[in-house]
Parts: sequence; structure tokens; C-alpha cells
Amino acid sequence: MAGSAVASPESLSGWYEQMLVIRGTEKAAFDLFMSGLVKGTTHLAAGHEAVAVGASAALEPDDYVWATYRGHHHAMARGLSAEACLGELMSKQTGSSQGKGGSMHMTYAPGNMMGSYAIIGSHLPMAVGSAWSSVLRQSGQVSVAFFGDGATNIGAFHEAINLAAVWRLPVIFVCENNLYMEYTPISSVTAVEHPAADRAGAYSLPRIVIDGNDVVVVRDEVAKAAAKARAGEGPSIIECLTYRHYGHSRTDPAKYRPEGELEQWLMRDPVKVLREHLAAAGVGEDEIGEIEQRAQHAVLAAIEAAKAAPLSDPAEAFTDVWADGGSQWRT
Amino acid sequence: MADLITYREAIADGIAREMRLDPSVVCLGEDIGAAGGVFKSTQGLFEEFGPTRIWDTPISEQAIVGAAMGAAMTGMRPVAEIMFSDFLACCWDFIANEMPKVRYMTGGQVKVPMVVRTANGGGLGFGAQHSQAVENWALSVPGLVIAAPSTPSDVVGLMASAIRSDDPVLFFEHKALFATKGEPAPAGHVIPLGQANVVRTGSEITLVGLAWSMPIVLEAAELLAQQGISAEVIDLRTLVPLDAATVLSSVSKTSRILIVEENPFQGGWGGTLASIVADEGFYDLDAPVKRIAAASVPLAFATHLENELLPSVALTVETAVRMATS
Ligand SMILES: Cc1ncc(C[n+]2csc(CCOP(=O)(O)OP(=O)(O)O)c2C)c(N)n1
Ligand SMILES: [Mg+2]
Repeated sequence: MAGSAVASPESLSGWYEQMLVIRGTEKAAFDLFMSGLVKGTTHLAAGHEAVAVGASAALEPDDYVWATYRGHHHAMARGLSAEACLGELMSKQTGSSQGKGGSMHMTYAPGNMMGSYAIIGSHLPMAVGSAWSSVLRQSGQVSVAFFGDGATNIGAFHEAINLAAVWRLPVIFVCENNLYMEYTPISSVTAVEHPAADRAGAYSLPRIVIDGNDVVVVRDEVAKAAAKARAGEGPSIIECLTYRHYGHSRTDPAKYRPEGELEQWLMRDPVKVLREHLAAAGVGEDEIGEIEQRAQHAVLAAIEAAKAAPLSDPAEAFTDVWADGGSQWRT
Repeated sequence: MADLITYREAIADGIAREMRLDPSVVCLGEDIGAAGGVFKSTQGLFEEFGPTRIWDTPISEQAIVGAAMGAAMTGMRPVAEIMFSDFLACCWDFIANEMPKVRYMTGGQVKVPMVVRTANGGGLGFGAQHSQAVENWALSVPGLVIAAPSTPSDVVGLMASAIRSDDPVLFFEHKALFATKGEPAPAGHVIPLGQANVVRTGSEITLVGLAWSMPIVLEAAELLAQQGISAEVIDLRTLVPLDAATVLSSVSKTSRILIVEENPFQGGWGGTLASIVADEGFYDLDAPVKRIAAASVPLAFATHLENELLPSVALTVETAVRMATS
């Protein structure tokens, strides 16, 4: 849990399984999209798993988490099942929002995963608000907002961090810097080298850049920030360097990447990095193989269950607009 | 009779009543605390509730509304102030894309019980960027409750419902009404959202107003009575929920309807109401549905120019007479 610098073999194994289930679900989402069973769009987080799993490992179960449209991994790291995730992508009644949200709005409120937001930067002030709320309620909860490198150039990012700093709120801003916005490198449109960390000084916060592909590094850094937040010492900004394995969305072949870049990053695949940690911690090949099998079965079962589930009821289109559950706006 | 109070005082009164009842109600906004608000509409709140309930913010409209949202989604009932309603454009993402959609896109997992209060409307010579009546902006987005009271006691009664609502509410306080006076609200005063008020009964024409246009339609009704024309006057009080039933029932009696709205004709809220009446009340009508709205022009600074652009009592009377006698 939060604070300990050394990860036990049990913790490492748990994170490994969680990362594999997320990775498998993302691959399933891609395949189901290609076969026409998932409509609209998806923004897959394969390659980013260590950020979600590492941060989650540093948090208490009732801490708040906020994500972007690239957010399947964050919802799953806080407890959303692969089946509910895939069900939502496939517009099924078993989906987390009965098909009213979709890939870009994955939410798991039972785990205080407060949603995924598809307007860049919009959830950063909301995370400030949940942090403010926990101060008002004296609940000790920490809020974490995950966002892309691209979000650092939008006004809401700066408004949110300033307010969090001025009010010394328990919120952690975690940037998943994967080098690109949609298709344009972040470096070509940003005045500083590290889009999140190099802005921290403007809000009297320390500059933190870490390896976002090492779950242990992420866990340790978020644990430090969470302890600081709970001690009433205010927000942190953590820039995690990572890389997405798929293109930006849907079928983007990511032709804008220089040759060899993906291969370089695949050598630092967070799953591979964690597997090395496991071996170093003395977890045997057999045991690792068992975890891998378990994760694979879990994903396959989720795919089958999501495929078998019925489409959500057409009447769902008219539910959940208002507090009474309906959509009536006039007499 | 109790002393009359101003619309401005009713705002702070309405908020204070809810804050006394419910510790989860907190306020945030620019200059709302020690300064009492730029319109003095939050005067006394900081003194009574202190800095843990009344929070002064930086000039960050997105952070104000976004933070209010985050707090609302996690157990609080925030009341955010956006100083002038024109500035809603600075946080329009939150108003149009976030607040009204969270409950829906999370499949009902998350609710957003919050109020955004804002000083709305013209008539004070504040020019094109500080004078707009923008309820109609919000009306184009499903998922927002829209309240716009016209009297001090309605301010209190609607404020109670707005703060208690589990839906996001935009609460438009009219700048030109701040100094107007009325009966104070009785203790425990609550007006349900979506209940129009038939302020004056009549039989020959229905005049519909909202907030700033209420004094106009009421004065017009008085002048019409002097000419022997009996006008029924309806204050919608909220645009969403829209109390169309009260309007349709009035039209079934009067057979004529004139809607007076402050926003520009182009895209104004009266268009929605007119379409409902034309559709569902057509066979009751003896005259075309009419709307009087502001000109489709940015609002001018100079009073005589602003007056050219906004609806007036004279035009309301003239139009109603033509409708009632044709
Ligand atoms: C306000 C806003 N502008 C533009 C977009 C379109 N858009 C969607 S994703 C994206 C790129 C975001 O890049 P980044 O923040 O780095 O996140 P990543 O996709 O790399 O995870 C853009 C421009 C949007 N959704 N919202
Ligand atoms: Mg990016």
C-alpha cells in the first residue's frame, strides 16, 4: 500500500495480472472494432497500463480518479470489469452505462472512478472540485486526474492547477506524456520540453518527470504525492513518460511516427518491464505463466459474455437525463 | 405588512436559508466573500458562514464551474457564481458539455446537484458584453434546469428548489431587477421548478414573460385593461422544466398569445414556446402567435440606443391591441 518503497512479490503479481487483463481488453476492443462489433471510436491505452495500475496501487479504495476519453485502463484499474467495459463498447445492457457513454466516457462510480471526459482538460477542474469536496467533508480522500500531454496547452489545465495550488487541495495531476496529441508531436506545439512538469514551477510546485512504463516507479511517486496531499500540503504534478502502442484512435495506422520509434518503446513495454521485476523478485516462470493464463482466460470469458449479452433496451435512450430517471423537460 | 425587501437582498436571503438547513451547501465565485459580491447579492453570507462555506476564487470561470461540478459529484451542493451571464461563454464547455451530460453518459452512476447563479440581462447601459439575456443559450442544451425569477419572493422560493435539486440548475438573476422591491418570502418558502405563475387573470389575450419582461407585461396588462382589453399574464419562472400546460390552458381560454422576451428574436426562447402553442394549441387560436423580443443586434451602450433594441411596454400594448381587435 501507499508509502512502502519495496514491492512484494504478491503486489507485483497482482499488478501484473491487472495489467495483462487491461492489455487483453484493449486488444479485444481493437479486434472487435475491426470486426464491426464495436462502433464509433476507441482510444486504446495499450502501453499506458503502468500509469493506471501504479497510481491505483498507491491510492486508497475511496480516493477519486478522473480520466480522459483514453480511459479504459483507469476505469479497470479502479474495478471496472473487462466484461462491463467491453459490454459498453458493444452497446450492451451489461455495459457500464448501458451504451449511453461508450468508449470515451467509461465510468465506475462504485470505485469512485468519476468518469472519462472527452473535451480536453475539462476534468481537471472537476478533480480540483472533488479534492475541495474532500477538504470540506474532512474525508481525507485524494483526487487524481489523468490527462494527456495535449491537455497542458488548454486553459482549464492552468486554471485548475492554480486553484488547486492556491487552495492547497489534495489533488494529483498525472500527465501521460505519450509524445503525441492526435497526430502531431506535442514538442512541435509546446514552448517547454516537458509539457506538464515544466509548467509546475509557475504554480510553485516541484518539477517531476518519471518513467511511466515502470509500475513500481509510478506507484512510488504517486504514493509520495498522495501522502503530501493527505498531509494538507497541496497538489502535485507528475509527468509520466509513456507511449501508446496503437494509433490515436480507431484504425489510425500512426504513419506519423518515425521509423523504429514504436520498436524502441516496445522494448520498454510496461508489461515486459514488470515481468522483469517479477523475475527479479524471485517469482518463477511457472508462476508467471499461471498469471498470464489466468488473465487470458478472464479476458476471453469477458469477450464471450459481452458478445452474448443483449443490446441495451431502446428505452434506455430516454433514461438518466434528470434526477427522476427520465427525460421529461416540459409539462 | 412586513417591510418590503429588494430582489438583491432576496438572493442572499435565499442562499442563506438553504445554507442554514444543509451544511453541504457551499458558495464559490469571484468577489463573493468579504466583498459581498460585485452586485452585493451575496452580502452578509461571508459574515454568517465564514471562509469554510463562502470561497473567493481567482478569475477562472472554467475552474469555478468545473470545481463546483467535481464537488457536486462527490457529496456537496455547491452554488457557483458567474459574475455576469455573458461570462458563461468562458466556461461554456462546462455548461453545455459537462454539467448536463454527466448523469446521462455515466448511465446514472453520477449526479451533479449544483447551481450556477449569474447576473443576467440588460437595461443598465453596460454595453454589448455585460448586458445579454442568455437563458436561450442554455435552452439549446438538454439536461439543464433554467430558472429566472422576477420577484424577491420567487428568488427565494426558486433558490430553495434549485439548491435542493439533484439536477444542475442555471439560476439567472436579473441586473435590472436587483433594486426592485417586493414582499419578503415567508419562512420555508419553496417554489417547485417548472411551475409557471398566473400573475393576473384575463380572458382575451395571454401575455407570457420571464424575469425582466415581467414588469413590462404587467404594466402592459394594466394599460390594456384601461382600453377594455382583458389580458392574462403568465410568469414562466423556469424555462426548463417548461410549464407548457399552464400556457396552453390559458390560451384555450384567451385564444391569443403574445410572448415578450428579452433575448434576441433570433434563437430566442419564445420560439420554442410559440412552436408548442402553434402545434398543440392551434385550434384554440384566433390570432397568430406573436413574439416580441430584442432586435437581433449586439446591445448598445447608450440608453437611447439600448431602448431601441429591447422590447418595450408601448410595443407590447400596441401589438396586443392589434391582436385583440383584429
Ligand atoms: C477541447 C478539445 N479540443 C480538441 C479535441 C480533439 N482531440 C481529441 S484527442 C486529441 C489529442 C489529445 O492529445 P493528448 O492530450 O496528448 O492525449 P492522448 O490522446 O495522447 O492520450 C484531440 C486534439 C478535443 N477532444 N477536445
Ligand atoms: Mg498524448
